[in-house]
Amino acid sequence: MTAVWVSADQERCISGGRCMAATSEVFDQDEDGLVVVLTPQVAPELEDRVRKAAYLCPSRAIRIGDGPSEG
Amino acid sequence: MNAPSTTANEDLFAYPQDRACPWQPSPGYQDLGRQGPLHRVRLWDGRWIWMVTGHSQARRLLADPRMSADRSRDDFPSVLPRLDAPIFKPIAIIGFDPPVHDVHRRLLAPDFSLKQVRAMRPHVEDLARRLVADMLREGPPVDLVEAYALPIPSMVISELLGVPYDDHEFFEAKTVGLLQAKSAEDAERAGRELWDYLDGLITRKEHEPGGAGVLSRLASEVDEDGDLTREDLLRIALALLIGGHDTTSQMIALGVVTLLEHPDQLAALRADPGVLPAAVDELLRLVSITDVSGVRVATEDIEIDGEVIRAGEGVLVSSSMTNRDSGVFPRPYEFDVHRTRGGNAASGRQHLTFGFGIHQCLGQNLARMELEVAFSILFEGIPDLRLGVPLEALPTRSGGTMQGVHTMPIEW
Repeated sequence: MTAVWVSADQERCISGGRCMAATSEVFDQDEDGLVVVLTPQVAPELEDRVRKAAYLCPSRAIRIGDGPSEG
Repeated sequence: MNAPSTTANEDLFAYPQDRACPWQPSPGYQDLGRQGPLHRVRLWDGRWIWMVTGHSQARRLLADPRMSADRSRDDFPSVLPRLDAPIFKPIAIIGFDPPVHDVHRRLLAPDFSLKQVRAMRPHVEDLARRLVADMLREGPPVDLVEAYALPIPSMVISELLGVPYDDHEFFEAKTVGLLQAKSAEDAERAGRELWDYLDGLITRKEHEPGGAGVLSRLASEVDEDGDLTREDLLRIALALLIGGHDTTSQMIALGVVTLLEHPDQLAALRADPGVLPAAVDELLRLVSITDVSGVRVATEDIEIDGEVIRAGEGVLVSSSMTNRDSGVFPRPYEFDVHRTRGGNAASGRQHLTFGFGIHQCLGQNLARMELEVAFSILFEGIPDLRLGVPLEALPTRSGGTMQGVHTMPIEW
C-alpha cells in the first residue's frame, strides 16, 4: 500500500481550524493560530479524514501527495 | 457596469424574498435552485447580479482570487439599500482583498483559534447556566432572545474584545439598527453612533494601556505608518462587535425553534450528547442564518459551467440554497442530526454558512462552541421548554437580512 503524505502551507492558512477539528491526530495550530502538520506521513486509517480536512480547508492550504513535501 | 437598461431586467427573479418557514429558504429561492446552479436576479436598484445556488460552483467562486470582496470598488454591487451607506464601504477584513485582508486577519487569528475557543468553553458554560437559573427564577413566559440567546454571544464578544458589557443595550440596539436598516441613511446613522462609541473606548484604552481584551492589545500595536492604523483598528472593532453577537444570537433562537419543531431530532440529541457537534453543524446548514455566503465582484472574465461571469459583474452566493444542493446533501430539506454519520463526502460539515475561501468566518469556532453550550445547557436546565406562541405567530425578520426573530416567547 502506497503511503500518503500531507503538507500544509502556513502562508495560505487563515486559521479556520477545520483541519484540526476534522483530524486532530494529524493537524494542530501553533500559537499564532496557523496550521501545523504533526505527522506528515499519514497512517492508512486516517487517510479519508485527512482528505476530508483538505477538502474543508477554505484557503486550500493543505496538499496531499505520494511523497514528503519539498517545502 | 451591468444592465445599462434596467427595463430589460424586469423579467428577472427579484432578490431578496422573505422566508415562509424560519429554517427554510424562501419558496422562490427553492424554485430557482431547481433550475440550475447559476442565475441572474434583479436587485432593488434595477441592476442584476449572479446568484449562485450550486455548492461546487460556490466553492470555486468563493476561493477564486479573481473575485474581489472590496466594497470600496465602484463596481461592487450594493445588494440592499442599506449597503450603500458609507460606513459599509470599507468594512474591515471582510471588505478587503489581499494583502490588507491577510495582514489584519492574522492580527486576530490567535484570539479566535480552536485552542483559544476551547479554553473559553467552561466560562461560557457557567454563563449559560446562570442565565438559565435566572429564567427559571423569573418564571414563564420569557423572551428567549432577550434572556438567553442574545446575552450569551454579547457577553462573550464584550469580554473577548474588552468592550464594557454595561453598554450592551446600546451596542445591541445600534447593531440591529445598522444591520436591519431599510435605508442607507438609517444604516449610516446607527453605524456612526457605534463608530463614535468605539472611538471613545479606544481613546480610553490608549490612555490606560495594559487592559484586557483584543482591542486593548491592538490599541498598543497601532502604527500610523505600519500595518495597523488607528482607523484600521476602529474598522476592525466595528466589524468584530457587529459580527460577534447578532448572528450567533439569532442562530441560537432559530436553532431552538428548529429543534422544538422536530421533537424526534431533539430526542436523538438528548439520547446521545456525542451528537451535539454534528447537530450544531446540521443546524448551521439548515438554518443558514445569514442567508448569504458572500457577495463579490469579478475582476476578470470567469468561465464557469458554460457561463461567463464578465469582469465587473456581481456575484451573490446563497448559503441557504448551496446548503441544499442535493448532489452534496441527500434529502437536503430534512433536518437530520445524524447527517454526518457514514463519513465520506456526504458529511454535513461542508455547508457554506460560514462562507468559503479566505473570507470564511473568523469567528466560526467561537460560534460553534457558543451554540453547543447554548443548546445543551438550555434543554438540560429546562427539559420541558416549548414555544409560547404558535410557530406562525413568531415575529420573523424579512428577507435579505440576517434571518431571525424579533422576540421569541417561551414557556415550560
